Amino acid sequence: MPAELLRVLACGSVDDGKSTLIGRLLYETDSVPDDTMAALEADSRRFGTVPGGLDFALLVDGLAAEREQGVTIDVAYRYFETPRRRFILADAPGHQQYTRNMATGASLADVAILLVDAAQGVLAQTRRHAAIAALMGVRRFILAVNKMDLVGFAPAPFAAAANAVRTLLARFGDASLVAIPVVARDGDNVTTASARMGWHDGPTLLAALEAATPPAPPADAPARLPVQLVLRPDAGFRGYAGTLRGGRLAVGEPVANARAGTGARIARIIGPDGELDAAAPGTPVTVTLDHEIDVSRGDVLAAGPAPEATQQITARVVWMDDTALFRGRAYLLMAGAASTVATVTEIAGRLDLERIAEAQAHELAANEIGTVTLALADPLALEPYAADRASGAFILIDRLTRATVGAGMITRVQPNGRAIYWHRLDIDKAARAALKGQRPAVLWFTGLSGAGKSTIANLVEQRLHALGLHTMSLDGDNVRHGLNRDLGFTEADRVENIRRIAEVARLFVEAGLIVLVSFISPYRAERMMARERVAAEEFLEIFVDTPVAECRRRDPKGLYARADAGQIRNFTGVDAPYEPPLSPELRLETLTAEPDRLAEQVVAELRRRGIVG
Amino acid sequence: MIPADAAHLAALEAEAIHILREAAAQSARPVLMYSIGKDSSVLLHLARKAFAPAPLPFPLLHIDTTWKFRDMIAFRDATAVRYGLTLRIHTNREGLAQGINPFDHDPSTYTRIMKTEALKQALDAGGHDCAIGGARREEERSRAKERIFSIRGPGHVWDPKRQRPELWQIYNGQRAPGETLRVFPLSNWTERDVWTYILAEGIDVVPLYFAAPRPVVERAGALIVVDDARMRLAPGETPRPRMVRFRSLGCYPLSAAVESEATDLPALLAEMAASRASERAGRLIDFDQDASMEAKKREGYF
Repeated sequence: MPAELLRVLACGSVDDGKSTLIGRLLYETDSVPDDTMAALEADSRRFGTVPGGLDFALLVDGLAAEREQGVTIDVAYRYFETPRRRFILADAPGHQQYTRNMATGASLADVAILLVDAAQGVLAQTRRHAAIAALMGVRRFILAVNKMDLVGFAPAPFAAAANAVRTLLARFGDASLVAIPVVARDGDNVTTASARMGWHDGPTLLAALEAATPPAPPADAPARLPVQLVLRPDAGFRGYAGTLRGGRLAVGEPVANARAGTGARIARIIGPDGELDAAAPGTPVTVTLDHEIDVSRGDVLAAGPAPEATQQITARVVWMDDTALFRGRAYLLMAGAASTVATVTEIAGRLDLERIAEAQAHELAANEIGTVTLALADPLALEPYAADRASGAFILIDRLTRATVGAGMITRVQPNGRAIYWHRLDIDKAARAALKGQRPAVLWFTGLSGAGKSTIANLVEQRLHALGLHTMSLDGDNVRHGLNRDLGFTEADRVENIRRIAEVARLFVEAGLIVLVSFISPYRAERMMARERVAAEEFLEIFVDTPVAECRRRDPKGLYARADAGQIRNFTGVDAPYEPPLSPELRLETLTAEPDRLAEQVVAELRRRGIVG
Repeated sequence: MIPADAAHLAALEAEAIHILREAAAQSARPVLMYSIGKDSSVLLHLARKAFAPAPLPFPLLHIDTTWKFRDMIAFRDATAVRYGLTLRIHTNREGLAQGINPFDHDPSTYTRIMKTEALKQALDAGGHDCAIGGARREEERSRAKERIFSIRGPGHVWDPKRQRPELWQIYNGQRAPGETLRVFPLSNWTERDVWTYILAEGIDVVPLYFAAPRPVVERAGALIVVDDARMRLAPGETPRPRMVRFRSLGCYPLSAAVESEATDLPALLAEMAASRASERAGRLIDFDQDASMEAKKREGYF
C-alpha cells in the first residue's frame, strides 16, 4: 500500500507538452481504465495531433473548448499512485491568459514539474510560472526538458535550459532542482530510461517524483486555531470550530484571542472521533473554553506567543484580474476565515520577470506580481507567510463582481499602534466609492410639478439600498427648507437654486455616493451646468414625462389650483416655461406605466451602464 | 488497514470537514444534496462530524425522479429517521405529468427534465444560496476541472471559463446578486478512498453496492436489473438471476450493474483493485454525446 501523498504541480509555457506528459505518465503508471483508453483511441482519431497514434493530451484536457482548441484552459486534478506513493497532480494551463489558474494549482503543491520545450528554451511564461511557484512556497522543482527529439537528443540545449532555470530559482531561496530530458510523446525518460539519451545520468520523471518528499511541518510551532464558526446547540455549550494548525493543542492550555486581547484556557477538545486530550496540527476540532470571552468567526485562538492584531500589512500579490490593481482601490481581503476591507496604500514595486528584479510600478496588470501595502478596515491577527503556508496567505475579492482578483503572501506585519496610515495616498472619489464597492453617479430627475419625480426616485432609492448601495436623495422639500430657504421662484433664484443643488450633488459624488436629485429644474442650461459638475459617465438625466394636463389632474399638493387662483407666481407649466430635455439618458412616460415598472427601468439602465453590479 | 492509509484518510476527512464548515459559515440557506449513493453516505457522515455536538445546520435535499431503486428509497427514509434529519424530497411534477420516463425519452432529455430542472426548481423554491454535493474530481474529466467552491450564474449555469482562482484553503463564498454556490467537499477523494473510509468508519450504504442474485436483462452489453414491474421488456427478453452489484447508482433503467461475487467490503475493495473499468462506465447518461457531462453541468446538473 503506497505511503505519503505528494501534491504535484505541472506547469510551464503553452505548447511545451504538459498535457501530453501527464497523459503519458498516467498511461505508463497503469492509471487509465480500459473504457477510458477506448475513448482516448476514438478521441485521438477525431481531435488528435499525433498521426496514427494516441494523443495523450486528450486524456486530461476535459473541457470541450480545450479539446477543440488543443489548449489547456483550467487546472485539472488527477489522482494516481505507484507502489511507492500516491499523487495528486494539478495540471496547470500554460497560456499567460490563464496564469490565475496556474497559481491555483501552485498554492498547495509540494513539488513543481516545470516543462520547457528543448527547441524553444526558457520563455517569459516559464520564468513567470517558476517565480509564482517559488513565491508560493514550492521548494522542490523538477525541470522536464521536453521534445528532445527536435534538437537531435543533444545535451547542450538541455544543459542551457537547466542552467537558466537554476539561476532563476536561486533568486527565490533554497529551492532544489532535478533536470530531466524527455520526449513526452514517445515516453523517453518518463517512467523508463531513454536509450536515445544515454548521456543522461539522472532519474526518470517518475523516479524523481517518487524520491521527492513532502516538506515536514515545523516541529515546535505554536498552535493556532482560526475559528470558522461558533457552535451553540444549546445554552450549555459554546464551541469554536476550526482546523488546528501550527502545533499541538492540549486541554488546560492557555490561549489568547489576538484581536480582542483576551485569554482563557482550553476546557474541551472535540475531534472528528470525539473527545480528545490533545490534538495535532491539521485536525479539525471544536474547542470550548473555561470561561466565556468574545470570540467570533475570523478570530484566531493562539497558544504560545500570540500574533499581534494588525491593520497594516505588506505582501507579495499575484494579480489575476483584467482590471488592474491601483493605489487607493479597496478590496475584500480574506485570510482563512477572517475577512475585512483592505485598501491599497502603496505599490512598492513589480517583479520584472525578464531581469527577475523589482521594478517601479503604479499599478499591477493581470498576471503581474508586485509588492503592495494594504490598510485593513478591521484589526486582524495575521502573520507572515510561513513555511507551512497555512498562515499569512490571503485572497483579494472584487467588491462588485465578488470574484477572486488577487493572491497575497504577507511579507511584513505592522503591529497596531505603529502603523503609518495613508502613506502617500490621496483619498479621492474612486477610493471612497471603492470602499463602498460601488460607482458614484447623479440620477437627475426632471419634469413638471406633480409629474412623479419624487415617487419614482424614492422607489429607485429603495431598490438601490436593498442592493447594499449607499445613496443620498435631494429634493425640493429637503433643500428649500434648509440650504436654499433664502431663495424664491424668480428665474434668477431658480438658477441659483439649481447651481447649489448641482454643487451639493457633486460633493456627494466625491463622497462616492449615488445621488438622486428630484427637482423640476425647468431650464436646459441649468441641467447642462449640473451635468458638467461631474464626469460624463456619472450623470444620468431622467425625464419624468407627464403631460401638464395630467399633472394638473393629479395636483398632489394643490399647487396648480393655487397657481390658477393667482396665489403662486412663476409656477412652471402655468405662468413659467418648462424646457423638456432634448436627449435625456432615460425618458419615463408615466401615463403608460406604473411607478414600480418605471423604477425597475431606471435600475436596469444603471445595470446596463455598470453603475449597479 | 495500515497506518499510511489511515493518515491519508484523516487528511481527506479534515479537508472535507473544513470545507463543510466554510460552506455553512458563508451561506444563509445552505442545503446538502443527498442522492443516497455511497458518496452521499460519506458526505452525511462527515457533515455530522463537522458540526457535532450541534445538529446539521442545513436540511438534506433528494431529487426523486421516481425511477430510483426501491432499496435506495427505503435506505433514504431509514437514514433520515435514524439520525433525525430534515429531509426534503422534490420531484419535477410537470415532468411527471408529461410522462417523462427513461424508456420513451432519450437519456439527455430525461436527465435534463427529471434531474437538472427538478434540482433548479427545488433550489429556487427553498431559496438555497448554497448546495453541497458529493461529486469528486476523479469521476469524470470535466469534474476534474471544477473548483471546490463553484459559482453558478443566474439560472444555475456553470461557466467553466469564469471559474474563480481557488488558492490555499481559502474559499471565496461571496455571491453577486443572482449567483449561487455549489460546494464539493469530496473533490479530492477517489473511489477507493470512499470505500476504504466507509470500511474504516463503519458507514452504512445501500445494499445494491454488494453482490447478490438479482433479475437481470442484458442490453448492448449492459446488465440492467429489473427493479419493478415498470421495466419494459423486449419480445423474447426474460430477466435471469445473476450475481451482480453496482459501482455507481442512479435511476434503475439507466444504471448498469457489473458481475461480481463481492458480498462484503473487503471483497469489494479487492475487486476494485483488480478492475480495469472506470467507475462511471455503468452510467449510461454519460455517453450520449462527447463532453456530455460538461454540457449537463453547464445547464446546472450536479
